[in-house]
Amino acid sequence: MFENLTEKLSSTFKKLKGHGRLSERNIEETLREVRMSMLEADVHFRVVKEFLEKVRQRALGREVQESLTPAQQFIKIVNEELTRLMGGENSEMDLSGSPPAIVMLVGLQGSGKTTTAAKLAKYLGQKGRKSYLVPADTRRPAAIEQLKVLGEQLGVEVYDSRGKGDPVKICRKAREEAEAEAKGIDTLIIDTGGRLHIDEELMGELERIKEKIEPREILLVADAMTGQDAINVAGRFNEALDIDGVILTKMEGDARGGAALTIRALTGKPIKFVGTGEKLGALEPFCPERMASRILGMGDVLSLIEKAEAVVEQKTAEELARRVQRNLFTLEDFREQLRLIRKMGPLESLVEMIPGAGKLMKGVKDLRPAEEELKRTEAIINSMSRKERVNPSILNGSRRLRIARGSGTRVEDVNRLVKNYQQTKKLIQRMNKSGVKGIPRGIMPF
Amino acid sequence: MRILGGFFKRLQKQEPEEGWRKSLKEGLAKTRRALVEGVDDLIKRRKEIDQGVREELEELLIAADIGVKTSGRLLETAQEMVSKQESAGLGLLKEYLKEAIKEVLVGKGKGLEIGVEKPLVIMMVGVNGVGKTTTIGKIASQFSAKGLKVMLVAADTFRAAAIDQLRVWAERAGAEFISQQPGSDPAAVVFDALEAARARGMDMVVVDTAGRLHTKTNLMDELKKIKRVMGKKLPGAPQEILLVLDATTGQNAVPQAKLFDETLGITGIILTKLDGTAKGGVIVAIANELTVPIRLIGIGERIEDLREFDPEQFVEALF
Repeated sequence: MFENLTEKLSSTFKKLKGHGRLSERNIEETLREVRMSMLEADVHFRVVKEFLEKVRQRALGREVQESLTPAQQFIKIVNEELTRLMGGENSEMDLSGSPPAIVMLVGLQGSGKTTTAAKLAKYLGQKGRKSYLVPADTRRPAAIEQLKVLGEQLGVEVYDSRGKGDPVKICRKAREEAEAEAKGIDTLIIDTGGRLHIDEELMGELERIKEKIEPREILLVADAMTGQDAINVAGRFNEALDIDGVILTKMEGDARGGAALTIRALTGKPIKFVGTGEKLGALEPFCPERMASRILGMGDVLSLIEKAEAVVEQKTAEELARRVQRNLFTLEDFREQLRLIRKMGPLESLVEMIPGAGKLMKGVKDLRPAEEELKRTEAIINSMSRKERVNPSILNGSRRLRIARGSGTRVEDVNRLVKNYQQTKKLIQRMNKSGVKGIPRGIMPF
Repeated sequence: MRILGGFFKRLQKQEPEEGWRKSLKEGLAKTRRALVEGVDDLIKRRKEIDQGVREELEELLIAADIGVKTSGRLLETAQEMVSKQESAGLGLLKEYLKEAIKEVLVGKGKGLEIGVEKPLVIMMVGVNGVGKTTTIGKIASQFSAKGLKVMLVAADTFRAAAIDQLRVWAERAGAEFISQQPGSDPAAVVFDALEAARARGMDMVVVDTAGRLHTKTNLMDELKKIKRVMGKKLPGAPQEILLVLDATTGQNAVPQAKLFDETLGITGIILTKLDGTAKGGVIVAIANELTVPIRLIGIGERIEDLREFDPEQFVEALF
């Protein structure tokens, strides 16, 4: 549905053929693509602006890592900055202190407070805590009923607030009950009332609850599909209640969740959990990196980049790039490349990580033939002498026949390989002439 | 032609009451403050339309959830108008923007009417938490008040207490109510309900379905089944499949509508919670990117705050 940012960026860079490095000029266009992508993901435009400025500064004047293309390099910067903006690492709830620890959930109507309350009770139950669910939403028809049903499903006790009008009173009573009776309850989860939108009455009610009950954690429950309004919602709740964090719900949809970034950037409050499904177990601690990829609509390029970084040592890559530039690229170097690719894992799993590749590869049933081809190519090169690898021009008919026999292939295969190599070398020559500096990397055009 | 069409449409309809117009204005106050006053400010500060103005304007539009694509269209239209005018000033920019928005919205409204075929069966769908049940309650109240026999059907057997919530609404509205046990097959509930509706001579049947994210194929298939079962029991039913969208949803509203439409063939959109947001612009994005008409809009919590969407009136209230 969304055009993939990585695809867009790659095509932007393709247009800029001949510019292997990040420069002022090619960055402008790519920054625009990132901007669009973020706005489409509902990130607040002010956040987008500041963010892009930061990326621009970091990207400019940065040397290109040899294992990555400029596009990948750029995405990596964008992603790292995004992750950093989102708080770097995930932050836990603090429920220490004398029990019962009180968690208060606030948020707009329909954001998923009640379901989240139940999910949280289950999550904490798995951590050995015993929760008491308190329905303080006295306005929505059947809200109390809903929490009761969920509590029953979980085997978690729910405070019976039926007919006790004032939410503050409900909360106080519930706490007394939790403290007094020997129920072993150590956590109170308060499901507060929501409104269609923020109004003074609601805020007043929540402030009173906060003051009287002194919750240890006030968490804002927000819908991942929220648009540009996220800033108002989070801002107002934070102003009135000084929230401790955010739970982002409905993450299993295809909303890209720019709201997460907006809220984090503009309130400085961490996102603590994400709701990822209708089942009560579908609550996970928040993972900034994953969210970053999602906002950008990136697929798992990052893992791919990580894999490349893991196998390609900086030095080796630099050495290779130098050789390529000086037109010294030999079959020896080529074999090194092949080995690196194979070190990264089976082709199939690599391809899966490329966004959009799924569609592209639909017609291809499996990649084993390609995998075989790689192996065969390597075998052919292995059967050459070092002299032949460094200087393939000496490969005459009898040498080729020997190599084919040695590698268990046919002479045609050897011929094809040599021809491809020569073409690639020509290509490199041409590129060097036109002033390309760090190319080519990664998979050679064989 | 368009203008004439709008004129006749207005004549046919009863004159909109002053009260509604006022609440519409109030409901859109937040969006107006953010968008229209932003444009006013821009006009005051800048002399002519240049890249800077374009960008600021785009930001205003995007901040109102109009979306990147639709904002682009509006800007183009407005700029064309600017280039046609004689003076280079920005004075008319607001007018142009208003015209551009009108151009997108006109023809995208369509009320909810009961035809000759009875009962009119409406199936309500949407993602979780958009306000389906509440919207159904309001529709039931309004049509009941007109003296029609309305039946509400609780086919959301999944969400805890959804049945109770709908029952409360049915009681308030004085509507008939059909439900089964929580967790029962929604298609079966609907099948029985339509049988009862025919027997009792209902004018209108509104079916509440469980909220589901549009990306969940199995749950979307369940909706298809419910629809199929309705058609079997009562040929032609459901006459209306209405998608309820939350106005605070950002750009995801568009893929939501597209997927629901692909799966079910929706006949209209109901946009709720328009008053809660300064970002009422999502309605423009929806109108621009979808062919499905917008049937009703919700601008408040009261029953009468859910009304037919009239594009002209809407734009007038916004500006």
